[in-house]
Amino acid sequence: MLAYIIRRILATVPVMAVVALFVFSLLYIAPGDPAAVIAGDQATPADVERIRQSLGLDRPFVIRFGEWVWQILHADLGTSIFTNLPVAAMIAQRIEPTLSLMAVTLVLAVSIAVPVGVVAAWKADTIIDRAIMAFAVLGFSVPVFVIGYLLAYVFALKLEWLPVQGYTPLSQGVWPWFKNLILPAVALGCVYVALIARTTRAAMLEVLQQDYIRTARAKGMGQTTIMFVHALKNAAVPIVTVIGIGIALLIGGAVVTETVFAIPGVGRLTVDAILRRDYPVIQGIVLLFSFVYVLINLLIDLLYTVLDPRIRY
Amino acid sequence: MIATPPARASGVPVDPATAPGIAVASELPDILPTVKLRVGVVGFVWRHPAIAIGSALLLAMLLIAVFAPWIGTVDPTALAPARRTREPSAAFWFGTDMLGRDVYSRVLYGTRVSLTVGFAVAILASLVGLAIGLVSGFIRWVDGFIMRVMDGLMSIPPILLAIALMALTRGSVGNVITAITIAEIPRVSRLVRSVVLSLREQPYVDAAVAAGTRTPMIILRHILPNTVAPMTVQATYVCASAMIIEAILSFIGAGTPPTIPSWGNIMAEGRALWQVKPYIVFFPAIFLSVTVLAINLLGDGLRDALDPRMVKRL
Repeated sequence: MLAYIIRRILATVPVMAVVALFVFSLLYIAPGDPAAVIAGDQATPADVERIRQSLGLDRPFVIRFGEWVWQILHADLGTSIFTNLPVAAMIAQRIEPTLSLMAVTLVLAVSIAVPVGVVAAWKADTIIDRAIMAFAVLGFSVPVFVIGYLLAYVFALKLEWLPVQGYTPLSQGVWPWFKNLILPAVALGCVYVALIARTTRAAMLEVLQQDYIRTARAKGMGQTTIMFVHALKNAAVPIVTVIGIGIALLIGGAVVTETVFAIPGVGRLTVDAILRRDYPVIQGIVLLFSFVYVLINLLIDLLYTVLDPRIRY
Repeated sequence: MIATPPARASGVPVDPATAPGIAVASELPDILPTVKLRVGVVGFVWRHPAIAIGSALLLAMLLIAVFAPWIGTVDPTALAPARRTREPSAAFWFGTDMLGRDVYSRVLYGTRVSLTVGFAVAILASLVGLAIGLVSGFIRWVDGFIMRVMDGLMSIPPILLAIALMALTRGSVGNVITAITIAEIPRVSRLVRSVVLSLREQPYVDAAVAAGTRTPMIILRHILPNTVAPMTVQATYVCASAMIIEAILSFIGAGTPPTIPSWGNIMAEGRALWQVKPYIVFFPAIFLSVTVLAINLLGDGLRDALDPRMVKRL
């Protein structure tokens, strides 16, 4: 068990190394010379060269990569070209709305998608199943900003039930915070719900074929108990896996959702950074989110042994 | 009553249809048409409604893209400040944007960008993914290395990966295609690799190896034909995903340059005004959603039709 955990943690090292190398290469080949930018318009080529040497920009790729990794390991993501602030601090400042949005979406999506997927498998090949699966295809097809604008138009502009845009920090009360996040979370969650519901249905259909389900039925157990307790427990591994993989959809979608709903989070920071060509910020965000993504999927891998005691590595 | 034998002996030809007591099917053709043909187009549509609806919608979009200049459109980039932000009307079917450009024309021309990006990424990612997957599946000593690289790329959320790549280059349709292709390649090559690995265990591949067939021939004869079905299905999903990512990139200002009307660009420009002039955002949004829906339906239908075993996987 411990050996498995250690092996699994070690397996993420090459993955993170590839991510780091990729992100560093982007920074390395990014157009524009940081030394020239810092030196300013009045600088002579000799000045630029001196600054380049003092920044260590003249050294070989491998050495610079090594130093950069060393910095990263000390939580130093570099400095923004535009604001001159540390990238880590800029992200930290914007992380609350993004985390809130993703957490609310995650909870909302999972608590809707799993029961819906179970019902679809339960009522397989009936009109209920067909309707649920049709909605799933729609969820895959309608992009997050389209759903976002549609929801905002109906529920905020026309019905005036919820705020159109913006974000209220959690410190100003749970309800104002939540109220602002409902529409963005629903918009962001649609694809995610579709993905989880589809996987849940497929996993459940597989489990429902097994003998112990027939035994449970023969014993006269209630359908609800069989579905949600006996079957769902054994269908958990693929469902949890897809929840983890789907986090990538949430991360990518958050950039767009925050733009649509004017939420001042990391997604907005990304968009601003693109418009300003602020490479260190973009690289820092990509690195951070990839790291989080890998970490979540690592935790889920470790969770398998709890979910399914048969899994022993 | 027993049928009388045909009166051949008398030398007089008898018309079987009129001769009493003789039942001869004179109209039977020499070769029966194949089952598919007998069922006909209607039968196929009935069995695979998703493919029919999906391809019909996609065909409509293709026609719109090809014939965009001739279906009631004007120059999509023509500015007319005098008539900006007009509501949809008989003159401007989808209204005009804040620079007075005709939204109908812009949306129709935008179809070209979306379909180009979608199809180009689907084809390129399939070809490159196929090559990487084959190498990975057949040359064991590079497999570990290639798959670690693919794992690394896959652990960067695709949209962020595309954003990071687009930040490096100028916005152009070609760069958008390249960036999205790179983001999609890992998934395709993983699929091809898994197909190759499972095919290599097949008895007929063993038999080919035992018969002394060379590896290139095995790949050509036994492996490639079997990757076509799963690759086609995967390509449709890649196409759908590429169109969404293109729209997202353009929407946040990191995609197609603003001079080219694309659905993402039109929505990006409508963003500032959307609360008062929602139609600027909604028309391209509807086109984008319908097109992606068509491709997804086609993909789901193809998946069910080509390989019934795949249904269970997702």
